[in-house]
Order: sequence, then structure tokens, then C-alpha cells
Amino acid sequence: MKLLIRNGRVIDPATGIDAVCDVLIEGGTIRAVEPEIRLPDMSKARLVDATGCIVTPGLIDMHTHLREPGHEYKETIASGSRAAAAGGFTSIVCMANTQPVNDSAAVTRFICERARTTACVNVYPVGAITVGLRGETLTEMGDMKEAGIVAVSDDGVTVADAGVMRRGIEYARTFDLPVICHCEDRTLSRNGVMHEGLTSVRLGLRGIPAAAEEIMVARDILLAGLTGHPVHIAHVSTAGSVHLIRDAKARGIPVTAETAPHYFTLTDEAVLGFNTDAKVNPPLRTAADVTAVREGLRDGTLDVIASDHAPHSSLEKDLEFDNAAFGMIGLETTLALTLALVRENVLTMAQALEKLTVNPARILRLPKGVLTPGAAADITIFDPQQPWTVDRNRFFSKSKNSPLHGLQVAGTVRHTLVAGTVVFPFAT
Amino acid sequence: MELRHKNLLGIEDLSPEEISLILETASSMKEVSSRDIKKVPTLRGKTVINLFFEPSTRTRTSFEIAGKRLSADVINISSSSSSVVKGETLEDTGKNLQAMNPDLIVVRHPSPGAPHILARTLNASIINAGDGAHEHPTQALLDAYTIQEKKGKLQGLTVTIVGDITHSRVARSNIFLLKKMGAIVRVSGPRTMVPPFIESLGVTYVPELREAIRDTDVIMMLRIQLERQNQSFFPSIREYARCFGLSLPMLEHARKDVVIMHPGPVNRGVELSPEVLNAPYTIILDQVANGVAVRMALMYLLIGR
Amino acid sequence: MGKVMATRKVIMDRDDIDRTLNRIAHELWERNRGAEQFVFIGIRRRGVTIAHRLSKKLREFERVSIPVGALDITLYRDDLSEIASQPVLKKTEIPWPLNGKKVYLCDDVVYTGRTVRAALDSIHDLGRPEAIRLIVLIDRGHRELPIEPNYTGKYIATTKQELIEVMLEEDDGIDQVVLVQGL
Repeated sequence: MKLLIRNGRVIDPATGIDAVCDVLIEGGTIRAVEPEIRLPDMSKARLVDATGCIVTPGLIDMHTHLREPGHEYKETIASGSRAAAAGGFTSIVCMANTQPVNDSAAVTRFICERARTTACVNVYPVGAITVGLRGETLTEMGDMKEAGIVAVSDDGVTVADAGVMRRGIEYARTFDLPVICHCEDRTLSRNGVMHEGLTSVRLGLRGIPAAAEEIMVARDILLAGLTGHPVHIAHVSTAGSVHLIRDAKARGIPVTAETAPHYFTLTDEAVLGFNTDAKVNPPLRTAADVTAVREGLRDGTLDVIASDHAPHSSLEKDLEFDNAAFGMIGLETTLALTLALVRENVLTMAQALEKLTVNPARILRLPKGVLTPGAAADITIFDPQQPWTVDRNRFFSKSKNSPLHGLQVAGTVRHTLVAGTVVFPFAT
Repeated sequence: MELRHKNLLGIEDLSPEEISLILETASSMKEVSSRDIKKVPTLRGKTVINLFFEPSTRTRTSFEIAGKRLSADVINISSSSSSVVKGETLEDTGKNLQAMNPDLIVVRHPSPGAPHILARTLNASIINAGDGAHEHPTQALLDAYTIQEKKGKLQGLTVTIVGDITHSRVARSNIFLLKKMGAIVRVSGPRTMVPPFIESLGVTYVPELREAIRDTDVIMMLRIQLERQNQSFFPSIREYARCFGLSLPMLEHARKDVVIMHPGPVNRGVELSPEVLNAPYTIILDQVANGVAVRMALMYLLIGR
Repeated sequence: MGKVMATRKVIMDRDDIDRTLNRIAHELWERNRGAEQFVFIGIRRRGVTIAHRLSKKLREFERVSIPVGALDITLYRDDLSEIASQPVLKKTEIPWPLNGKKVYLCDDVVYTGRTVRAALDSIHDLGRPEAIRLIVLIDRGHRELPIEPNYTGKYIATTKQELIEVMLEEDDGIDQVVLVQGL
């Protein structure tokens, strides 16, 4: 069955295409990307009208938490994939801090099987660097790679011991596995619940200084230099981190980095009123840090935008601020917040889409993120202008923990296609 | 004028006019406490619940006496006897209490923002009697009342607050209040216990105590939690007392008409030497007396109609 | 129907008020000649002014010094929820013991009698006077409680829709009693 996407503005950051084109799909693969494609028998094809919309390679979110196995009441692979599809993502990467931790091929196989049978988008698991995320002994990365992991990370926690982290990076290098670093010095962030700054002083809440992140960013950059293996810094939140990464890249050290939309949109003032939906790790920082993160995206220091989608239920969030869990969901709002950067002239549309397509694909060595003939037909079609108001009750995610509720944004997903099948809008 | 609030969660929510109203009302309440029959029928039939998740004899007693002098029915719940121990959330505890229709809940809790959760959930008025390191508004109000009683005003006075500012809700509330009322505020203490952004609140950090108390009108000593020694905030009690405690020799650097305050309980020999503690210019007991009057004033203004 | 404007009618002017207070002062003294133990307690605010004026007149006419206390009855009111705005609480200042004394309670207007009831409750919480007598400048009727003044300046028949405004120089800058009609 042929599927023809007509009249959309096709933007493929990998090839530099930015033109009004049609896209022809058949058998789950892209067949042609040309202006005004004419088929011998139009009635045999399904037509999707993309007038006024942007057509892009399926978006990739390389940092999510899907909570299955272990905390299925917060999110499952199935519900997370629905949230992803609604957010325009055709591929998502899920972190290893499940329960049990994804530190063995058995758990990896479980996740892959659940993804295969219940997910409507591509799901790629990340394996842990250390067993149980305890930072002591290395996991069987070779076995896990065979089972399907695309990278290793202890995300959720840091490997505190530099010696262990060095070995972890070297061992991952053996299997050509990307290493994703959650940078946090626990001895500095100890007991902190928000950014250490003026707002934390006003609220009497214990703070997490920017240095807690920056110390580990510096360390992991140096370990990349030492081992010769690239590291990818997750959820960059501070100006100091951006500075360190920019400097490292200039000196030729193999490092890439990502940030999440909340770090270029919100400041620590979102916590005022003790709003637990704004409690996240790394914490929301100051306006100066937001500016630096935006600049880091603009000048390429930060390669990727990833949601760090972290679902939590009322059990974890309707508590005193000190006791609430860290994390916010983001699959369904990432695109809109990213488009705001385009509207505010921080990024061009192509640059923005690059952070969500070809860059994460390249870092993870996935054959995705491109819109060329022969590639898998993972495609996102969105209207960049359409305004909407974020409504937590309308999220497809099982969890509702977003501080963006009520925010006016623009940019809605019209269609999400995975392997040529329209997965969003959902068939009712 | 009125206090147009349902709750008192923090000094940050009050305007200078509202603070003046509370202090003026406290004056009238103080007179009630000096009578033979220390009772007026104003809050007759109102139910006041003291919900304390942190132990406290003096603050709770102060609120209890305040409520009873206004003829309210006062009930004390402390966390060891509540279902919190059984794992019930604060919100559920609140809803259970709400079902019994209280008029006012006075809450003290170790987590900042806990009273705000109750304020969102309940119809009853909420008074924050201390939420973690965030605020302790009634303490700041009674401190302000006491200062005004002794010095005649707040505006233009210099007040020095000494001690563990970072972890102190008394310090925070006092800083907010004194700044709103036009006082000049200095803080002193080891750098480990004075947050780096404190000057953005409009106060000056003076590390050396003898400089901090020079030419000041009021010295407010904060209680130090001795356990913080083990968390590397200060090396020893001996050093703390020598450098940041008030003794007679240290007070040589202060003016003769200075007054000394402390929210209590005092660590004798640490924040204040016994001689200073018993001196006439140390007005801790006035603070306690005024605490009842200020709390009566607040109860009246919040639920007295 | 057009809206009727409220009308203000001056019932008593400065001279009327002064004459009335003179009369009350003389009456008082006649009935209490020689009684040392009596005191004035004014109900805030204007009752206090009236008490001070009466005390001053007695000092002028009879060379006696009768002390004046001030009573704030806000904490004893039973109608706090009905009044439009929360009254400002002022201090009660009665700096002498009440036991065994004869109290002359003064107020500007008696209406439903509830203010006087609150004052009686308050006085009894402060001590046990030998007797309490009530002096009012204006009685406007419409009692809801069995309370009657012992000394009345003037009785003015009013309806519940009307308002009596007592203004005194010390409080309002002018001596005048006004009847406001047509509200």
C-alpha cells in the first residue's frame, strides 16, 4: 500500500533539504522525496495532506524513563510509547533505572519483547554501567548489547568512583557502546531539593549547587580524553557545564551533550509556592543558566534535545517538597518548547530539528533520523504555528507531573508514522 | 482595616500595613493577659487544632494559652499520636481533620511548604508555626512587637541576627519582616551557616561578631543545633561559643542601650553566657509574654468573625 | 422610580449638647452627693469623650475629681459577623480595681442594647463593681434586650432604616447630632 504525504515543507537536517515536497512511502520505506509526485493510480495510495505543516524525519528522544519493569503504575512501555507518538517521536531511548535495573541481558530482553508487542514506536533500551546502579562492578555489556541495548548509562545516579567510571567507559569502548553520563557529585548535592541560589534561600529549602554538576562534567570530560572513548553528557543544566563542554570540544575531546526543554524554558522560580512538579534532578537553575543553555544549543555545544521524561504518580508528588520525587514528564511538550526557540530566533527550524533527529541518531549509531529514499519511513508531520494550552488531563502518559500545565504554547503534531504506518492520531 | 487573608503562612505574604495591624491588635490582647480573669468570649465555640509534627513545648503552649484566653476550644495533636506514623500523607491527615470542621489549624512541620499543602486542601484557616527552615511568622511578629515595645519603633533601627542563618526559619521570617518595616539588618555567623545569596535579601553579612554588634540596637541570637558540629558546619562548640557567642567581654563592643533577644530554648554557655542570659537587657521573657498576645491577635484577626 | 437621596437633619447642635450634658452632670451629682466611690467608664470611642466631658463638668461645678476609664468591647460583641468591616481593636484602659465601686457607664447612643450587654460582660470579667448605671446622650429606641439607661440626654424616635450620627469635637471636629433619613 502506498502512502503519499503531500505538499508539506520537508526539512531533513541530515541532507539540508528544506523545500515543499511530497514524500512517497511504500512497504515501510521512503521511496521518494520530490516536489509534486505523480502516481499512475492515485486512488491506490493513501493521501496525507501536509499543507502548512513541516515534514521531518521521525523525532528521536534519547532520554526517557519508561518505568517498566517495576513501576508500571507510573508508566509502561506501551503508555510511554503512546505519549511519544502523540509528541511526534518515532524512536525513544529508555534508561536502565527500572526495577529490576536493566543490568543484565535478561532484563534487556524483557524490555525489547515488551516493546515489540506493546509499543507503537521504536523503543531502544540503555543498559546500566554498573550492576544495580551501585557504582561498584561492571555489567555484562557484551551480553546486553547482543540482547539489544544501544548505550550504557547509570542515569538516575552517577558512578561516583572515578576509577570505576574509567573502567566502565573503557569496557563500553570494547563493544563500541556509547556512554551517557549523569553528572552529579552526591557529596555536594546531598539532601538538596532544588538549585542552590536566591530562591532556595527565600524558601528555606536545601540547595544543589551548580558545582555539583560541573565537577562531574569536568571529570567525565577528562575520562573521555583519557580513554579516547566519547562520552555523552546528559541533561546539561548550568552555564558552567556548557562552558566546560564548549572548551572540551574546542580542544578536540570526544564529548557530546544534551539538554532537556525545561532547562531552556524554566528557572528555579517555578518552584515558588513549593510546586513539586518543578522538582527535578538536575534542578531548574537561574535565568543566566537558561541563557547559557540556549546559547549552547545555538552554537552547537549542546547537540541534542531530549525530554528526560520521568513519570511519577500522585503517590510520589503530592507530598511535602522535601519528600516528593524528582522528575517531570516531557514527551508530549518537548516539540512545542523546542519550537519556541525557533520563534524566539535562538535556533533556525533546521537547527532545532537537527537536535531531535540526525544528532541523536548519530550519537547512538541508529539508522534513523534521516528522510532519504531507502530509509525507514519514520516521519513526523507537525503544524509549527497552531496554538494550544498544555493540559495535564489530556496527556496520554499515565502520569501528569508537568509544571507546564496551563502554559500557552504552539506547535502540534498532526501525524506520526513509524515504518510507514500512521501511529498517531491513534485509531479509536 | 482588616487582615484579608485566610491563612498566615509566612511574613512574605504580609504587607507592612498588615504587620502594623497585627502588632496594634496585640497591644490590646496583652491587656487581657494582665487581668484577673484572663478570658474574653471572642472565639467562643471556635475549634482550634494545634497540629505539631515537631516537638515543641513552648510554642505549642503559647498557642494553646492564646486560644483559651479567647475562649476557643483548643486541641493538641502531636505527630507521635497521629496517624502520620502509620504512613498517612499530610494531605490525608488534613482531610480527616477537615471532616471535623475546625476553624483554625496551627501547624508545625519539619518540611518547608507543609502548611501550604494544608492551606490548599482545607477550608480551615492555617497558621504556620514553623515549616522546616522556611518561615516562623509568629516568632518574627512577636520579636517585632518586643522590639517596638523596647525601642518605640522598627523603622531605621539596626538589628543584628547571629547564628545558623541557613537553617533558621526564625532568621528568615525576621529578615523579611524587619526589611518590610524599614529596619537595617546585619547577619553574622560562620560562613558555613550563612548562605551566599543572603545579601540579595537586603542584609549585610558581617563575619566578625564584634563588628556585627557595634552600634546596633538589637542583637538577635539564634539557637545552634549542636548536631551540626558533626556535619562539618563548625568545628567545635568551644570555637562557636568563643567566636559567635555573647559574653560580657564581647558585649563591650556593643552600645550600652542594646537589647538582646533569643527565640529559645537557649544553649547556656553557647549562644549566651549565663551572665548575659540573666542581664536586664536580655529580654527573652518579654518575648515569651508577647508571644501569647501576638498569637491571640492573629487568631482574632483570622477567625474572629 | 428615581433613587431618593438621603437627607441629613441636625437634631442637636453644640449648645444643645452642652446644655444636655450640664443637665446630666447636675442630675448625677444630686443623686450621688457625697458618694466618693464612683467612676466613669466610657464605651469607646465617643462614650469615652462623653465620660471625660462629664468628669470635667463635675470638676468645674462641684470641685470633685471623678476618674475616667475606657472600655473596648470589640472582643465581647456578639455581632462581629454582621458588621461590614472588622472593627479596629483598641485597648481597654481601666487602671484601678472595680470591686466596691459604682460605675457610670457612658455611651453616645443606645439602640438595640447589645453594645451595653457586651460592656456589662466585659466589666464583670474585670471585677465586681457595687453597681453599674448607664448614661447615654441619645436613646433612639428599638431595644432587643431588656436594658434601659438611667440617665438619658435626649430620646429621638427613629425607624430602623434611619441612622443617628453623633459627632463630637474631640473625635470628629464638630459637636452635632444628625438624623440621616431615606437611606
